[in-house]
Amino acid sequence: MTNIENPKVKIKARNMTVHYGDAQALHGIDLDLNANEVTALIGPSGCGKSTFLRCINRMNDVIDGCRVGGSLSIDEQDVYDAAVDVVELRARVGMVFQKPNPFPKSIYDNVAYGPRIHGMAQDRASLDALVERSLKRAGLWQEVKDRLSASGTSLSGGQQQRLCIARAIAVNPDIVLMDEPCSALDPIATAVIEELMEELRRDYTIVIVTHSMQQAARISQRTAYFHLGDLVEHGQTETIFTTPQHQQTEAYISGKIG
Amino acid sequence: MTDSHIVSSFDRDLADLNRLVARLGGLAEQQFAAAIDALENRDVSSIDDIIAGDSALDRLEQELNDRAIEVIATRAPMARDLRSILSAVKIASVLERVGDYAKNIAKRSRVIIQEETNRSDTISLARIADIVQGMLRQVLDAYATGNAEQAMDVWARDQEVDALYSSLHGDVLAVIAKGAEQASVSSHFLFIAKNIERIGDHTTAVAEQVYFQVHGSMPTDERPKADLASGPSVTT
Repeated sequence: MTNIENPKVKIKARNMTVHYGDAQALHGIDLDLNANEVTALIGPSGCGKSTFLRCINRMNDVIDGCRVGGSLSIDEQDVYDAAVDVVELRARVGMVFQKPNPFPKSIYDNVAYGPRIHGMAQDRASLDALVERSLKRAGLWQEVKDRLSASGTSLSGGQQQRLCIARAIAVNPDIVLMDEPCSALDPIATAVIEELMEELRRDYTIVIVTHSMQQAARISQRTAYFHLGDLVEHGQTETIFTTPQHQQTEAYISGKIG
Repeated sequence: MTDSHIVSSFDRDLADLNRLVARLGGLAEQQFAAAIDALENRDVSSIDDIIAGDSALDRLEQELNDRAIEVIATRAPMARDLRSILSAVKIASVLERVGDYAKNIAKRSRVIIQEETNRSDTISLARIADIVQGMLRQVLDAYATGNAEQAMDVWARDQEVDALYSSLHGDVLAVIAKGAEQASVSSHFLFIAKNIERIGDHTTAVAEQVYFQVHGSMPTDERPKADLASGPSVTT
């Protein structure tokens, strides 16, 4: 277990296990993730990093035959407690996916959707303000402010992904989960998202799954390396990419046959 | 862990850099040995070749730098791969300097050979040169085999070189004090001794890079002065 000296642990996983039917995807993960940091989860396909990510907002619950064991708490509150409202949890823990998935609605309605169903705005003016604030935080406002009624799907891929980020942060989450958010984007759109993540971590805790070593190295403060359902190594990103402690980590980040 | 990259051309790139360092090391050793031989055998015939030979080291260092930049730009190396590339660049720079010292030793040797009669302190100089040549050979071996312990052994031996240089320095000053007619030659002699002592220092810089490449950090201990009296053999 790696709990690096730290002012505030936001997410605490203890002995997390996940089974999909008979197959065990996670073998007892102990991991602390810090508030206002970007943590990158890396590892080869099938290593369990996305499974772990989906434990944080209980997205695994929707998969048939999936069983989750151990505990995961956010701010010391057990996420898997029977009393937890999963809809509320997923507002508190937003998620951005690999492929931008805006609703087939206007740009405005994409962002307003969450606040509306959570009853966060009393009137049109406050909803307008919330939409504007969210789009600004997502770094998209300048590009779309004159066409808020245009369809979200009319935007470029990078803009769509920022729209999805705006949609996630519109409901005022604590945590934003990102599952390969840039893998469908060109390098310029990727750089814009990476710059945005650096901004967003002031207000949110960010956990990102990425297959790009360079991206993990650029954007994260901590990196966790998963292999075959185990957490092999977790530490400061500079250390992981310069002097990793485990040979498996070194082999993976160097592109060697592990 | 295997040392092979999945992309095998990356391995070939790194092997190329190692080969360039080895060639530079071989040339630096050769130049240094030739300069010392010229002085010890009082033979000026090879000196022009030594001086002309230095440009080959400059070209090789430049070639290595160019290759290193290409590899960094195209492979985005991490961890030990990145360290090995940075070490190769730094070691190449050190070896190029060793070549410069060898060239300078050759130039000054010509003056000494042409003007001077026998001096007793030549023996001390030969002894320092012998130790430093051994250190250079050993540190290049340590680089080639990635042996940090062997490299640190070289690092420790530099103490003895420093001590011998100090002693020789005193001897040469004593010769100068005896009469002005030896002053000019003595100054060349002293600079040669200093050049050799500096080559010794540079071998320790290579040793540190070998250590860094293996361990990912620089050696932190002071050189073990206490070990010196009972220290490693210097009979290389």
